[in-house]
Amino acid sequence: MIEIEHLSRRFGATVAVDDVSFEVKPGEIVGFLGPNGAGKTTTMRVTAGLIYPHAGTVRVNGLDVLEDPVSVRRQMGYLPEDTPLYDDMPVIDFLRFIGSIRGIRRADLSRKVSEMVEVCSLGNMAYKDIGELSRGYRQRVGLAQALIHDPPVLILDEPTSGLDPTQIVEIRRLVRDIGRQKAILFSTHILDEAQKTSDRIVVISGGRIVAEGSADTLARQVHGRDIYQVEFSGDLPALKDKLAHLLEVATEKEAEGGWAHISFASKTNDDVSADIFDAAVAVGGRLRRLEKQAATLEEVFLELTRGGEEEAQA
Amino acid sequence: MGRAWTIYKKELKSYYESPIAYIFMVVFLAVAVWVFFRGFFLIGEVSLRGLFGIIPWLCLFFIPAISMRLWAEERKTGTNELLFSLPVEEWEVVLGKYLAALLVYTVTLLLTLPVAICVSFLGNLDWGVAIGSYVGALFLGAAVLSIGTFVSSLTTNQIVAFILGVIVVAGLMIVGEPIVTMFIPSSLPWLVPYAQYLGLAQHFSSIARGVLDTRDFIYYLLLIVFPLYLTINAIRARKVG
Ligand SMILES: Nc1ncnc2c1ncn2[C@@H]1O[C@H](COP(=O)(O)OP(=O)(O)O)[C@@H](O)[C@H]1O
Ligand SMILES: [Mg+2]
Repeated sequence: MIEIEHLSRRFGATVAVDDVSFEVKPGEIVGFLGPNGAGKTTTMRVTAGLIYPHAGTVRVNGLDVLEDPVSVRRQMGYLPEDTPLYDDMPVIDFLRFIGSIRGIRRADLSRKVSEMVEVCSLGNMAYKDIGELSRGYRQRVGLAQALIHDPPVLILDEPTSGLDPTQIVEIRRLVRDIGRQKAILFSTHILDEAQKTSDRIVVISGGRIVAEGSADTLARQVHGRDIYQVEFSGDLPALKDKLAHLLEVATEKEAEGGWAHISFASKTNDDVSADIFDAAVAVGGRLRRLEKQAATLEEVFLELTRGGEEEAQA
Repeated sequence: MGRAWTIYKKELKSYYESPIAYIFMVVFLAVAVWVFFRGFFLIGEVSLRGLFGIIPWLCLFFIPAISMRLWAEERKTGTNELLFSLPVEEWEVVLGKYLAALLVYTVTLLLTLPVAICVSFLGNLDWGVAIGSYVGALFLGAAVLSIGTFVSSLTTNQIVAFILGVIVVAGLMIVGEPIVTMFIPSSLPWLVPYAQYLGLAQHFSSIARGVLDTRDFIYYLLLIVFPLYLTINAIRARKVG
């Protein structure tokens, strides 16, 4: 449904998106996860034809966005970041406006609009100006305008940002309900959000895709990389050498009194605590701490996206 | 075309519900009526000359106030992202917005008709000249509005759009006047007619005298179409940058 291939986009000297490829299949909800400035919005804007890519292609339902942007948008519902809406319009008028631009026939328009008011639970707010709505209702109006033409493809840019937990649950349920037959790409910078709403997660950082898979797959990958916190004094290079086939050094710093604090990431699923102990003894050093931490998905996310954040700040 | 029409209706409604169009109409009318009565009581003259003498100035200051929001506001609030995620072509949106603003101006202009009717009762109005003047005023306003639209697409700040609009239009107004043409070096005398042709008010006054010349209409048509074309291009260019 959505096929993004080798997409790159710069803004001046900033490379916002760098050789990004992934796809969203029909009936699939893909969470596009990454910290602020990772390139999520840029990728989505290119996909909607709002800006042009500098390299790569985006196809929606087989149509190239550059060649036929209007047809692509016809098949797509798009919720821009921060939900810009016409604040001076009443909800109903706004939805009618979107509906008629979307080519819904006059005879069907009222029915479609009421349907959206119903689906997005906008009942009480239907005649209010959009500018008067709370953040949560605003977001629902944004979703309603994206859904009114029943598009096969939905792109939602941070649909839950700025909402309180109850509102988030409602929006999430809404997205899951409508998502059964559609290809949905939604972005978020919150891991929990991606995990709960999507079938698959694509992690982006510093403009590049750094991981991809179902929440379970990502979690399993992580559990394969347990972290061992070790404080050691003695011949450190010898220790690292002895453990090289089992562990790699994640971080390392000199603690007080000649104690080095190392965190190792394991290369296997087995518990290697005993091997670390044996190795420390074998090289004639001393251990004062040996702790195994099962990495959480959060940690992996942080780990995966750390480089990107530094890049963005630089 | 249907989508341009939908945009047109939506824009019209937002004029209808915002104070700016009413303020524009009231001030425009107040000035027009005041100028008419001043002529009537002070000089005892019953004519539309005063009214149409002031219209270029009203266009200069008030039309940029109508057009300033057209694109600047859209970009400021980010609603252009929403708008262009819809299956619309740039020209449809540009045209729809432009026509809505043009209707506001046209209605305002037509609201001065009672003044013309007054004149026709009190004195003897040459309806031929009067209609020529109205057509001229419509074209003049349409051109100024087109320039205002383009200027509005260059900024996210409505005030900047307004000031820039006034400056550009004022420039076009004085370029054909003696105050400018007298600075053209005598070695380049051929420049003078060009400068005069470029001047906005020149064409207006010849139409207002009831002289309907194709050259004037071509001038206005160019001045309507070209800025709208530039607006479309400015919107497209932003997708690349
Ligand atoms: N219109 C723009 N002009 C200049 N830089 C931009 C623009 N849009 C995005 N960027 C830059 O591109 C990078 C990616 O931004 P964005 O796609 O908005 O990330 P995200 O949506 O993941 O937060 C950031 O460094 C951002 O500053
Ligand atoms: Mg973003």
